Amino acid sequence: MSSEQQGDRVIELNVPMITRLEGEGALVLKAKEGKLESVHLKIYEPPRYFEKLLEGKHFTELPHIVARICGICPIAYQMTAVRAVETLFEVVLPDSIAALRRVTQCGEWLQSHALHIHFLAAPDYLGFDNVMGLAKRYPEEVKRGMRLQALGNDLLRLQGGRSVHPIGLKVGGYSALPDPKVIAELVERLSQAEVDCQQLARWIASLPIPDDNQTFLSVACSGDGSYPMNEGKIRVSDGAEISADEYPTHFIEHQEPHSTALFSLYRGKEPYLVGPLARINLSFDRLHPAVQTLANDLGWRFPSHNMYHSIAARVLECYYAVLEAKSILEGIGTLTMIDAAVEVTPKAGQASWVTEAPRGLIYHRYELDKEGYIKACSIIPPTSQNQARIEQDLITSVNRFGLDHSEEELKFYCERLIRNYDPCISCSVHFLKLQLLS
Amino acid sequence: MTNSVSQGNRKATLAIHKLTSCSGCQAVILNLGEDLLTLLEQVEILHFVEGGIYQPDAKVDIALVEGSVSTPDDQIRLNAIREHCQLLIAVGACACSGGVQALRNVKQSDDWAASVYADKRYIDSLSRSHAIADCTKVDFELWGCPISGRQILAALSMLLRGVSPISPTEKLCQECKRRQQVCVVVTQGEPCMGPVTRAGCGALCPQFGAPCYTCFGPSEQPNMQGLARRFQALGLPPQRVAERFVSISAGAPAFADAYRDLMIDIAKTKD
Repeated sequence: MSSEQQGDRVIELNVPMITRLEGEGALVLKAKEGKLESVHLKIYEPPRYFEKLLEGKHFTELPHIVARICGICPIAYQMTAVRAVETLFEVVLPDSIAALRRVTQCGEWLQSHALHIHFLAAPDYLGFDNVMGLAKRYPEEVKRGMRLQALGNDLLRLQGGRSVHPIGLKVGGYSALPDPKVIAELVERLSQAEVDCQQLARWIASLPIPDDNQTFLSVACSGDGSYPMNEGKIRVSDGAEISADEYPTHFIEHQEPHSTALFSLYRGKEPYLVGPLARINLSFDRLHPAVQTLANDLGWRFPSHNMYHSIAARVLECYYAVLEAKSILEGIGTLTMIDAAVEVTPKAGQASWVTEAPRGLIYHRYELDKEGYIKACSIIPPTSQNQARIEQDLITSVNRFGLDHSEEELKFYCERLIRNYDPCISCSVHFLKLQLLS
Repeated sequence: MTNSVSQGNRKATLAIHKLTSCSGCQAVILNLGEDLLTLLEQVEILHFVEGGIYQPDAKVDIALVEGSVSTPDDQIRLNAIREHCQLLIAVGACACSGGVQALRNVKQSDDWAASVYADKRYIDSLSRSHAIADCTKVDFELWGCPISGRQILAALSMLLRGVSPISPTEKLCQECKRRQQVCVVVTQGEPCMGPVTRAGCGALCPQFGAPCYTCFGPSEQPNMQGLARRFQALGLPPQRVAERFVSISAGAPAFADAYRDLMIDIAKTKD
């Protein structure tokens, strides 16, 4: 896989499959005479053509099909899709349904972040190959992580029946309202989870997280006054505010030979970051006061340009998700006065929406006919947006780290850097709208 | 006993592979919580990329394969997996039927790669998405989109004791009735696929007052035409009725055939 020559050292590092990622990607690094020539995260997941699979499908089937883009963050796809279609149909959601949807998203963030922190990221900072090794040395920490992951999954089950490809969300609301007895149990567990989150944060703060300051743009939903989940315009850290409809004119995609996922650049020029660190950089002051206090106590300051503060952002969002879900479920009342969904009337036209997946901004656009059948659509997931940023980071950081290291050290350095973005490669490859060049 | 993977005092070995899929069935394994730790006491995992273990060519007692065969590379990898395992278990709708991406098998899909990607030269994709059993010998199938945690734990527990796992083929309606749920076709006029879909999910959708959409694949003896006529009688347009049959398990022959027949009927009415 690699070749090394003495003197004018040639490095050709080829990692065919990077472990502890969601989906499959490879790393290829080339250097000659002490100079880095190229370093790529190769995405080679097979395309599944979701945008074509959806053509001709009725809007009622949309949430089931888009969920299958990703087994880790199905709600992100369902939520963006139903919000886009609701916008087209001019649906006005009751406050209680909008609030319950935040609970569902809290569930997905919590399970996804807990999984990433413990199964994918933490082994990098404690010298283990995988969570099995970690669990032997840190059994209580791993069990605590699994408790938070399970709580996130149970928040998803509350209104979706199961945590992978939940079935409850639909255009207009939900198929059914949650059982008050289950809500009461969850509120109890959410209260207990507050301590778990605080302890998790202290544990992560004690790990040797690298200090790696870089310049980058952060992009996330504005959240319309709340911490961003599924409302508001797109905010950029350069001060721009962009509506979902304007997304394609500001974020321009192009294809690279080494990837089945498209690269996205802000205004066609600049890589940008989406995800927990981008969100917290733009909306730290919208977090619950207790989360802000914890961050300050631990010396985590935002906005931060240390890319490795991504794990801190994930931890803080776990705590936020627990507090937010608890406060909504405690205040939701008896739910006897509302229906699970409002009536909707199909309408021809097109609409776009953006929401925040666990891994960042997600954009959908749909065009429907008057009976509600999908004529065309466009779906852009977070990881294809982060791809250009990851490669920019690889180049900057490998140059800073230096090539005077063994291939094993370079491999670990690059893999940890890539994992820090929590790329969701299964998601990233099914999208993009371009004209055929030939 | 051919299905036994018991190897004296040695732990049984396991590999978890992914082909074309959403990773959701692997997520179910990672979501097992304390049961995952218990499972790790009984088996040794030798390959699981997402879990951080990379030995694709290790010889194992059991290989779990998530995903369908949709590229030439998937087929090459599947051949190697088969060579290196004693028992191969197809896990989830993609592995058992080709998955939702098998919609390309039943639709006019020749130009899809060209319309999605700017430069087709870099895209290696087969024209069909295949179930694993179409491409190699499969010992057991665990249907579902996703599989359930209980399903995978039960199958592995049985195999570790030398027993063939049981896979239900009965209809979702039976599971639904046992839970004493109200039928959503009869009471709400919803186009529920329960009468032709395999049980296994716990009749989740009807529990939420919503119609089943075929996650667990076709049941035994499905009466597709009868169900299609029932949906038409509910007032659903013929096109929408046909599309109900090609969703998550679109590549399963029973569903693909039903769709083709219904589309022929639609074409005839237009003539």
